[in-house]
Amino acid sequence: MTAVETAPTSSAHDPGLLLQVEGVDKTFPGVKALEGMRFDLRKGEVLGLVGENGAGKSTLMKLLTGIYTREAGEFWLRGEPLSVHTPKEAPEAGLSIIHQELNLVPHLTVAENIWLGREPVSGGFFTRPGEQVRQTRALLERLGMRIDAKALVSGLSVAQQQMVEIAKALSFEATKVLIMDEPTAALNDAEVDQLHELIRRFITPETGVVYISHRMGELRRIADRITVIRDGRYIDTMPMAETSMDQVISKMVGRAINTEARPENVRDARPIVLSVTGLSTKALLKDVSFDLHRGEVLGFAGLMGAGRTEVARAIVGADPITSGQIMLNSNPVTIHSPARAADLGIGYLSEDRKRLGLMLPLSVAHNIAISSMGTKFTSGPFVKDKAMREAAEASRKLLNIKTPSVNQLVKYLSGGNQQKAIIARWLVKDCDILIFDEPTRGIDVGAKEEIYQLLNKLAEQGKSIIMISSELPEVLRMSHRIVVMADGHITGILRADEADQESIMRLATHGADTISTSETEKAEQ
Amino acid sequence: MSSPDTSAPETAGRSWIGGLRNQVQQLFAFLGLILIFIVFSIAQPQVFPTYSNITGNILFSAVVIGLLSLGATLIIITGGIDLSVGTGMTLCAVMAATFMVTWHLPVWLGLILTLLFGALLGFVNGTNVAILGLPPFIATLAMMLVAQGLALVISNAAPIYFDATGAHAAFIWLSTGNLIPGVKFPNAVLVFLLAAVVAYVLLNKTLLGRYDISIGSNVEATALSGIDTRKWLIIIYATAGLFTALGGIMISARLGSAQPATGAGYELQAIAAVVIGGTSLSGGKGTIVGTVIGALIIAVINNGLQIMSVRQEWQNVILGLVILIVVFIDQFRSRRLASS
Repeated sequence: MTAVETAPTSSAHDPGLLLQVEGVDKTFPGVKALEGMRFDLRKGEVLGLVGENGAGKSTLMKLLTGIYTREAGEFWLRGEPLSVHTPKEAPEAGLSIIHQELNLVPHLTVAENIWLGREPVSGGFFTRPGEQVRQTRALLERLGMRIDAKALVSGLSVAQQQMVEIAKALSFEATKVLIMDEPTAALNDAEVDQLHELIRRFITPETGVVYISHRMGELRRIADRITVIRDGRYIDTMPMAETSMDQVISKMVGRAINTEARPENVRDARPIVLSVTGLSTKALLKDVSFDLHRGEVLGFAGLMGAGRTEVARAIVGADPITSGQIMLNSNPVTIHSPARAADLGIGYLSEDRKRLGLMLPLSVAHNIAISSMGTKFTSGPFVKDKAMREAAEASRKLLNIKTPSVNQLVKYLSGGNQQKAIIARWLVKDCDILIFDEPTRGIDVGAKEEIYQLLNKLAEQGKSIIMISSELPEVLRMSHRIVVMADGHITGILRADEADQESIMRLATHGADTISTSETEKAEQ
Repeated sequence: MSSPDTSAPETAGRSWIGGLRNQVQQLFAFLGLILIFIVFSIAQPQVFPTYSNITGNILFSAVVIGLLSLGATLIIITGGIDLSVGTGMTLCAVMAATFMVTWHLPVWLGLILTLLFGALLGFVNGTNVAILGLPPFIATLAMMLVAQGLALVISNAAPIYFDATGAHAAFIWLSTGNLIPGVKFPNAVLVFLLAAVVAYVLLNKTLLGRYDISIGSNVEATALSGIDTRKWLIIIYATAGLFTALGGIMISARLGSAQPATGAGYELQAIAAVVIGGTSLSGGKGTIVGTVIGALIIAVINNGLQIMSVRQEWQNVILGLVILIVVFIDQFRSRRLASS
């Protein structure tokens, strides 16, 4: 790991800097989210801020807006200490943040959204809608936005909503610093250009922008300098013009790559059990094609929103597809529902264990047996409780699920044991194809190791596994082959022996740019 | 770290904590029932605690609310609600009279058709909820109005009378007769008990019950586990419709006529019975025994206040307060249980 400089303890704030963040710590239960985090923004510049999923970007933003409170560290805005406790204070002090997820009220108009909480009033009570619209129109005109002040936000496109967010941020007279968190995630190329134009117009010798993104091409176009963070720490800051993308990526993933246990024999010579061709969905996926071989662990890598979970949901019939062909052992199949997928022997373990995986208030036995109840655990109209408990008990022993009893409620189990219970569900169902979406998310290191070994064992026994993961070391360690996705596309499929963190990252980020170009082409046609 | 099996008691099907909680809750409801009963017995010792009042009035009036609340329990456990059980019951009663009186069909056929008609109402509700994705409140509110209107249209807004001594004697006997010779114990109560046993078995021993609870606990997770939740929701609503139809049969058999202008308001009493019985309106949790006790509590309160000549308006006020108190105590206890 590169040396991390410790933040200077003296108040080394420079009034020439617009925004200075020094030595910020933030801990969540069990995780050090930020440690000695720092960066600075100069007057008149756009600073790119990059880092992998979970590097701490969003935590940093939430500290700056006062949603979280920091444990240590300082913020300085134009040389003045900045202290924020509520989301209202930062914009009033001159720091506006546009979050990744839009924070507009859909059933209100553009004008109402922009002035929400700051409505022009007369007599301290009565709103003045006319004045509000007049001010909004002036603001939109000043920013060169062609949006109707009286339009309902719910009727606007995502790009227009993004514009409204920006207008709202700039409606604060004091705004000198604008922080944008993944502002182009939902925009096409033309809209990105429009956004960049707005940013350039906002930049004066007295203002600055922090632009968080993982789209390298965009950063190259808009950013003056780029700051890389990793694992909650500051890594480096470089002038954009003198920095190659490879340099940035290698700083993002770091050098400490754990490659001890990589799968040895690639298994793509074995029979194909699942073949997906030209899978597309209305929302995101475009022409996704890949094969899964018997006994193979096929890793799916990509950045957040690349479409990996969507592929899994489309395959098991949880979301409708617009086109595409799924072949199971060389037979074409149509899967309209997860029930059909389960009947065909495809089990899906969701990324959101609590919301989409478990029946939390019910027993471990119920959670394990649920998928097989209709086929294995009934006699006549009645449910065979004893057989169900015995099967759950056998799973408990097999997978080493730590619970005093299978009658225990599943909500009292630790994350790792809950995950094992869901894996057991699909093993009891005798599924041959297992789709694991972030199987080790939010579970501790020991349990992670157990899940890895379990996945290896299952593959060894001939089960075919798709493993979606945002942790590159995990993908590299587990996968025989790795599918990399970006913006709903597959941008590459790598064999274990030719993959490393940098090659994956390159595909995961390169893709983002190529795609937005092709999208524009489509839009222009 | 490995924890050897500190074997927990093997209670039937449920987790031991859940089972214990349900039992405690039922015990509370049951003690509440006894308490209310004692209060009324002290207030009206001559009239209230008599055999004829208990069997002839209290149990009898618990039958209709009870039957409706059995179906409502199944639906509320999914996390849904059924506002159409009251007027649905009335429409079923009108249909029973149409089948038997207007169309002169034999009683047995009339009964079967009425039950099927009730299942059809439930099927429509279930389809609107599961396939069209309407919120249960809206879907069944619409059905409540439709059923109310249809009952009036089909009957020309006039009661339809059964031939109590002739063709429909068996129908009337179903409610007011005494199956056990020499004992004045109305058949309606037996029908209710039988229906309660069926509902109990459905909920506790069959796939319908397991999926019901699973859907109520987490419908998305249940669907992703490979359960066809839409199909099962429809089945559950249709099953509840059967209980609604049975309610319609029992109320018209008791009155000797189908009364098309009644029925509204029963749905709220049925829901109240379910809630008093400890079933959670957010779904995933509920028992048939609790619901039966809830129906009895409502019947006892209604009857006791009537005997004490409390005006109907005040009866509603008191019933409302009872619901508030019972549900508050339940939530208070669950919060304490959850935090401990």
